[in-house]
Amino acid sequence: MTVAVHPSQTGEPVFYLADEHPHPEGWSTSLGFWIYLMSDCLIFAILFATYGVLGGNYAAGPAPKDLFDLNLVAVNTSMLLLSSITYGFAMLTMQQNKVAQTQAWLAITGLFGLAFIGIELFEFAHMIHEGATPQRSAFLSAFFTLVGTHGLHVSCGLIWLVTLMVQVRKFGLIEANRRRLMCLSMFWHFLDVVWIGVFTFVYLLGVLR
Amino acid sequence: MSPDLPKLIFGRLTLESLPLHEPIVVGTFVVVALGGAALLGGLTYFRLWGYLWREWFTTVDHKRIGIMYMILGIVMLLRGFADALMMRGQQMLAFGGSEGYLNAHHYDQIFTAHGVIMIFFVAMPLVTGLMNYVVPLQIGARDVSFPFLNNFSFWMTVGGAVLVMASLFIGEFARTGWLAYPPLSNIGYSPDVGVDYYIWALQIAGVGTTLSGINLICTIVKLRCPGMTMMKMPVFTWTSLCTNVLIVASFPVLTVVLALLSLDRYVGTNFFTNDFGGSPMMYVNLIWIWGHPEVYILVLPAFGIFSEVTSTFSGKRLFGYTSMVYATVVITILSYLVWLHHFFTMGSGASVNSFFGITTMIISIPTGAKMFNWLFTMYRGRIRYELPMMWTVAFMLTFVIGGMTGVLLAVPPADFVLHNSLFLIAHFHNVIIGGVVFGAFAGINYWFPKAFGFKLDPFWGKMSFWFWVTGFYLAFMPLYVLGLMGVTRRLRVFDDPSLQIWFVIAAVGALFIFIGILSMLMQFAVSLLRREQLKDVTGDPWDGRTLEWATSSPPPDYNFAFTPVVHDNDAWWDMKRRGYQRPLTGFKPIHMPSSTGTGIIIAGLATAMGFALVWYMWWLAAVSFIAMVAVGIGHTFNYHRDFDIPAEDVIRTEDARTKLLAGVN
Repeated sequence: MTVAVHPSQTGEPVFYLADEHPHPEGWSTSLGFWIYLMSDCLIFAILFATYGVLGGNYAAGPAPKDLFDLNLVAVNTSMLLLSSITYGFAMLTMQQNKVAQTQAWLAITGLFGLAFIGIELFEFAHMIHEGATPQRSAFLSAFFTLVGTHGLHVSCGLIWLVTLMVQVRKFGLIEANRRRLMCLSMFWHFLDVVWIGVFTFVYLLGVLR
Repeated sequence: MSPDLPKLIFGRLTLESLPLHEPIVVGTFVVVALGGAALLGGLTYFRLWGYLWREWFTTVDHKRIGIMYMILGIVMLLRGFADALMMRGQQMLAFGGSEGYLNAHHYDQIFTAHGVIMIFFVAMPLVTGLMNYVVPLQIGARDVSFPFLNNFSFWMTVGGAVLVMASLFIGEFARTGWLAYPPLSNIGYSPDVGVDYYIWALQIAGVGTTLSGINLICTIVKLRCPGMTMMKMPVFTWTSLCTNVLIVASFPVLTVVLALLSLDRYVGTNFFTNDFGGSPMMYVNLIWIWGHPEVYILVLPAFGIFSEVTSTFSGKRLFGYTSMVYATVVITILSYLVWLHHFFTMGSGASVNSFFGITTMIISIPTGAKMFNWLFTMYRGRIRYELPMMWTVAFMLTFVIGGMTGVLLAVPPADFVLHNSLFLIAHFHNVIIGGVVFGAFAGINYWFPKAFGFKLDPFWGKMSFWFWVTGFYLAFMPLYVLGLMGVTRRLRVFDDPSLQIWFVIAAVGALFIFIGILSMLMQFAVSLLRREQLKDVTGDPWDGRTLEWATSSPPPDYNFAFTPVVHDNDAWWDMKRRGYQRPLTGFKPIHMPSSTGTGIIIAGLATAMGFALVWYMWWLAAVSFIAMVAVGIGHTFNYHRDFDIPAEDVIRTEDARTKLLAGVN
């Protein structure tokens, strides 16, 4: 804080601010959002731990090797990684105050996100069709819950993205909207990081195991 | 009409779901319905709905939200304590072939509801309420970081409480014990709605708790007034900070574990089942990873209250401030390393049990340091035995006993004998009542004059104190004895008649506590009637030391006309000592957040969704979920969430206070 707390010129101690300015709007938002992300991170941590404990319990059902198609997952992963890059471009154009370009990058990000969700749903449908349902074994329960929770987060992110695009269109790149785009940016990249964990621990190690 | 239509609309809710065959529940319902009708009628007759909606339900003022949390906690205390009395009565009577007066179906719901209500809807609201009220005042802030979120968090907590209360009259509550261990809580063994009520009540309240945790961390980190460095924060603010860190770092675990349990129950997954690779012990581990920090979430703010009270009523600076802070932080960290001591009998082996036994015992070191700090604060102090100080001394004596039995239980071989016995029940009531409840009462008596401008009546306060304290010892010391004799928890009937006398003593103790609770209600009523005699116009009735006592009682909406500047730990004490003069001119408009009804609306929809999910009314669940999202998104389109209190209003408020103060001097 930039306020002088030292004795005033007369030498008397200062006990209150005679002339103060309220905290700028959104003063606590990025810290608050970070803490929220950490609590969300804990949700994923527990789901990872659950997968770690139960992930080998196939109950005589299918194992990762029988189910995972690494090529498909690689395509899916690239969708999400690309969406993170395009979100980064959206933030760069936002800094330059270019509304139309920001909106365009956001739209592209949304399309990548949608593709990610689409491929994931296709993968789930395929597995369920083959009898590898979440009810089949503890491994599959843990798998569907961990990956599904991530997918649910991306879906929420998409709803949020559309909402923000409407708000940017309506009100422009005002301070509040910039802050919101920044929060969504953190959320989006956070989901990317979580996905790298999913890709490594669930898919890659699953096929190796 | 197709026969499936009612099922489509009401799910599995039928007329048979109403517990009409339970005379006790029907009787309770009649009383509650009459009381509720009288209350609603009264509110309507006196045209109070508009006032309540505008000034309370939609408020974002942390002080009013804090008060509403306290009211919620005290109301739910009555419900949770009614359960306790019924249990004590049943266990006292069910000897010598008698079945007592409660059937197993009802009794099992009662002990589950008692635990759930006391922890989630009594202790948590009381603690959160005090933090909400006091922390922004102690750090010289105008409100919390996210005022709307604060309102929303409160109503989510209420939503959870509403679901628990609804289960009393519509359907049933869980019969699983307060942590709902699978496989018992799985669909195969608990096919009814009880566990679903449990799950959704806790999920909804849990969202509120997590958000309020994030909110208060941000408030403490970002909104401290100039000069208040971390090591100049009042100890209550420190313990609140640690508690909220614990909340954010543990409630998501509860969210996940309950979500997994609901997947098992609703979708048929195999997380905690006995077959298809599921592991019930996974649940027990996960829920205690939340559960153990939870008890520190409750007790740390109580430690903060005792620190403030001891220092104020001894007229001395707190002894060992730095060690107090570090002890709090150490407890915060250690609370994550002990969860397994709740199930040493799981069979994880000597090494694992030794690790968790030792970490558990280590926690007693920082806690002991705190105890000595309070004692040395009192040493050579000019102690005033007002009510808050009385509760503090009762805490110190009681908590030490609870702590010692805790260390005893931390020894794995001893725990194998005492696990799930009444010794354990006595131990945790010893620390929760002796620590958290006494702390909440100390806090209520201490800060009540700040919130309302008059002190609480000392006579009825002392009645309440003595009945509570003696009642506690009468009710729980026999349980230690019974536990050492091997009596396990949650039993409904007993064979050995020699045990009965101990249960009779415990029931007498519960009656004493009952009188203590009634005295407390009487204390509120009498104080309200005698508020003119008990009035405090100074804003500083106890000769306090921290910033909340620098402003008027009750504080104005904006808390401080000018943001204070702090030079010392005991900021207000320092200001008084150095001849601080209250500013009388130069007031400016003050920027404040506006009220909003969005919080209560979303929480109401969430509660409807929870109810619908309990009863499989899928259409209602879908509709309320979509409405929740829509209202939430709609709220983000409102960009004007604050306003300025005009300078004239500030001047009027402050001038009124100047006149009041002049009348005193």
